[in-house]
Amino acid sequence: MATHDITLTVNGAAESLTVESRTLLVHALRDDLGYTGPNVGCESGKCGACTVEVDGDAVKSCTILAVQTDGSDVRTAAGLADEGLDPVQQAFHDEHGLQCGYCTPGMLATTHQLLDENPDPSRAEIRTALKGNVCRCTGYGNIVDAVETAADRLAETDDESEARADAPELEAED
Amino acid sequence: MFPAEFDYERAASVGEALDAINEHADADVEILAGGHSLVPAMKTEGRSPDVVVDLDVPALDAINALSDRTVVGALTTYATIADSKAVRANAPLLAETAAEVGDLQIRNRGTIGGNLAEAHPGADLPAAVLASDAIVLLRHRDGKREVPATDFFRGDGETAVERDELLTGVRIPHTDDAGVAYAKKTHPATGYAMVGVAAVVEVDDGDGAAERTVSGARVAATGAVDRAVRLPSVEDALAGEPLEEGTIEAAAGEAQADIEAEKLRSDAYASGEFRAELLSTYTARALESAAERVADDPPTA
Ligand SMILES: Cc1cc2nc3c(=O)[nH]c(=O)nc-3n(C[C@H](O)[C@H](O)[C@H](O)COP(=O)(O)OP(=O)(O)OC[C@H]3O[C@@H](n4cnc5c(N)ncnc54)[C@H](O)[C@@H]3O)c2cc1C
Ligand code: FES
Ligand code: FES
Repeated sequence: MATHDITLTVNGAAESLTVESRTLLVHALRDDLGYTGPNVGCESGKCGACTVEVDGDAVKSCTILAVQTDGSDVRTAAGLADEGLDPVQQAFHDEHGLQCGYCTPGMLATTHQLLDENPDPSRAEIRTALKGNVCRCTGYGNIVDAVETAADRLAETDDESEARADAPELEAED
Repeated sequence: MFPAEFDYERAASVGEALDAINEHADADVEILAGGHSLVPAMKTEGRSPDVVVDLDVPALDAINALSDRTVVGALTTYATIADSKAVRANAPLLAETAAEVGDLQIRNRGTIGGNLAEAHPGADLPAAVLASDAIVLLRHRDGKREVPATDFFRGDGETAVERDELLTGVRIPHTDDAGVAYAKKTHPATGYAMVGVAAVVEVDDGDGAAERTVSGARVAATGAVDRAVRLPSVEDALAGEPLEEGTIEAAAGEAQADIEAEKLRSDAYASGEFRAELLSTYTARALESAAERVADDPPTA
């Protein structure tokens, strides 16, 4: 049996582990390391429940060998906020963007990439971005609402931080 | 679902990958690029290589925009291609087509080299490289080969790539004064193209004549039969004709002429007959969009 020693950074923590060649990233995360954010749904790259961010890209961890990601930086839904909920998680909560929650960790990972690249997406753009994330419960309307809300709130936080950054300069003019 | 056991080797250069392939000449070796065809096939379709050689070659994850051509390395992902300013400016058909593949997560992983080497009959990129008159670049231990896209696809999963060869990239000649478009009917279950049509319509601005003429066209379809194919009857119906609705309608009417009815693919979602209908419709759509875009470009007086 071919095994490999690999290292990963998962949600900021350095991890070392030994995997078989055939071990999938989702199983390395869940079974070997105990990061249960990514869920196993279709196991065939279609449903997106297993989506995590690898080096900033949302990817389906059921369709990637763990050994391929040696040295990578992985973020799961549980790593989004240091404590409590991050703005995207909070928006899913507020807008009832989940029912059973099985698809949610994947939705969050994809939403993060979307909002990083396109901070003010249209509803059509949100649907396009979430095409690879299947939800069997919500009917998607609330999920799209949640992403819109998250985008709005993140834009407000950006405005505030800009305002704060400007303040010292205004003071200094005196 | 797990793949069966296999040996994994990482190749950090083209040379290392070719050495690995040659070293295991008696074994079943698979190259691993994005893994988004190979890994699912190893889980459920009984593909069971002895050795998997992971291409981890930064030099193949590169886009080289030259004055008259753009070279896209085999390991470039769909997301990188779709977002690349250079590709969008110089090979817009490839960028547009790459943006239509699967979904966001698939586009982050899947590579142009893997897409072409896998040669799935419903894959998107084969249509784009065919209509772009691209050249597929191959390497083996003793040298290189350049295969025109028109001679590359040989059947479902079959290509010009030999067992001891690596696909290193694709060279796309630039086309000036052309409108391009990719029109896809997505398969509802798989995400692949039920039918997809890529079109390049080139115009001759003449001597400032009001009416513009199609100087040449290249049209390719994926999804219809066991491989992506050019549609020469459509191309011929466009060449030399005025760029107007009637021409496009007549040309789209030729879409089924180059396809043998008994070779049409069929499945639970679409019979061969329905795919033939889709082929006509999506040929018309691709040509209409391409013509609109070329019309939007002011003639270079
Ligand atoms: C859910 C899902 C939806 C999809 N939807 C679409 C879609 O809409 N359109 C579409 O076109 N595709 C689609 N795909 C397929 C996807 O695009 C794959 O990424 C692609 O077919 C293969 O590229 P890869 O880089 O993942 O290759 P891999 O899976 O790594 O390799 C595929 C094959 O090509 C060989 N190979 C790879 N690279 C090279 C090379 N450089 N030289 C020689 N041989 C090589 C490998 O040995 C292997 O046999 C989908 C896949 C999934 C899982
Ligand atoms: S479990 Fe990975 S995409 Fe469904
Ligand atoms: S909330 Fe149940 S699958 Fe999405």
